[in-house]
This record gives sequence, C-alpha cells and structure tokens, in this order.
Amino acid sequence: MATHTLDITKEHCPMTFVKTKLKLAQIAAGDTLEVLLTEGEPLENVPRSAKEQGYNVLSVEHVEGNVHKVTIVK
Amino acid sequence: MAETKKLSLIAFSGDFDKLTAVFTLATGAAAVGYEVNIFFTFWGLDAIKQKRGRSFIGSNWLTKIFGFMMGGLSVAPNSRFNFAGIGPQIFRSLMRKKNVATLEELVDAANALGVNLYACEMAMHVLGLEKKDFINEVKDVLGVATFLKISEGGQTLFI
Repeated sequence: MATHTLDITKEHCPMTFVKTKLKLAQIAAGDTLEVLLTEGEPLENVPRSAKEQGYNVLSVEHVEGNVHKVTIVK
Repeated sequence: MAETKKLSLIAFSGDFDKLTAVFTLATGAAAVGYEVNIFFTFWGLDAIKQKRGRSFIGSNWLTKIFGFMMGGLSVAPNSRFNFAGIGPQIFRSLMRKKNVATLEELVDAANALGVNLYACEMAMHVLGLEKKDFINEVKDVLGVATFLKISEGGQTLFI
C-alpha cells in the first residue's frame, strides 16, 4: 500500500478539489493520499467531500502556519 | 457511497468570463462528487468547437461567416472590458500569474473529470454546425426534452 502526497497549498478554487479528485482517481484502492492544504475552503471541504465520496479520512493535522495535512485512504 | 448529486448548466453565452464561470462550477462540482451536465446552446457552442481559433465552419456562406465571426474558445470575447479581444488575454495572464486555472485548463479538467457535454440540436441547425465540428468529448446532440430529463432531480443554472 503506497503513500502519495499532493500539495494544493498554492492552488485556488476549483483546482484544489479538482487535483485532489484526479489524484484519488489515479491511485490504487488501499493506497494513502496525504494532501497538504490551507485553511478556509480547502480545509473545510476537501475532507468532507472525500468522506461523501466514500473515501476514508484518517486524520486532519496541523502542519505549520495555515497549512494542514489531510490523510485519506482510498 | 452517498447518493449522487447533480448539477446541470445551460451554457448560452460564448463570453470568456461567463464560460470561465460555467467551467469553474462544472469542475468544482464534479470534483466534489456531483454528476455534471453542460448543455451548450447558441453562443455557448463556441466553447466546444474543435477549432479554437477562427475558421469558416458552417453549411452555407452566411453560416460560414457567422462561424468565422463567432470563433472558438481561444478567441472568446469578454462580456465587459473586451478591448477588441485584448481583455481576455489580460485576464489569462492575470490568472496565470495568480495561479488560478485558465479557461483552457478548466476545460481539460472538466474532460478529465468526466463532465457530460451536450450540444443543442436546434442551435447547431441554425448555425450550420455538425457534431464533427465539436471536440470528441461532446457526448451527444440533444433537444430541450432530453435535457430536462437528464437534469431532472438536480440543480440547473443558465449562464
């Protein structure tokens, strides 16, 4: 089970969601995706929409400043 | 998995800024798990033309001139501040500088996300356009009744 990383801290709506969705589509079932994102819309909605789409959101951790890491298992 | 939510957009405008709104909503919604349908009609058909610049596509001399004047995605005018076509280029450069997806990137993302693109049969007939004039991702050519059926039970916006 591989672990992938995706940094969307420099992205803006809607590419924050688009890049996460496309990455989740690429990786294999059982793989882990760590998404680095910023506070506000991405932090509120990336974990929520991943959950809604049936992915397992393991954790949401604060990294530094306004950057957080969301760990999702496909 | 939760029940699929649905967003259907009627893309009537061929303006650069309004098409940017169409594709921003479409890609954002598709990325958070919505089924997304876009129904392109009248000026909106410019967005899905195979040829993104200006070319004489049409069934007779009049529609060919229309086709040339309307053009494709890369010559779409702004609804305001068009400045004879320089406006959209200024926006494109601003968007790139600010790391915001440009219209072309949003169209690519919509296709990668499997957004359903449909073309309006009646408008195509008037403008002398055929399905082969559009990008391959255009799923079907439809009329109002089929669009209503496809969009039923979801949210619909006219842009």
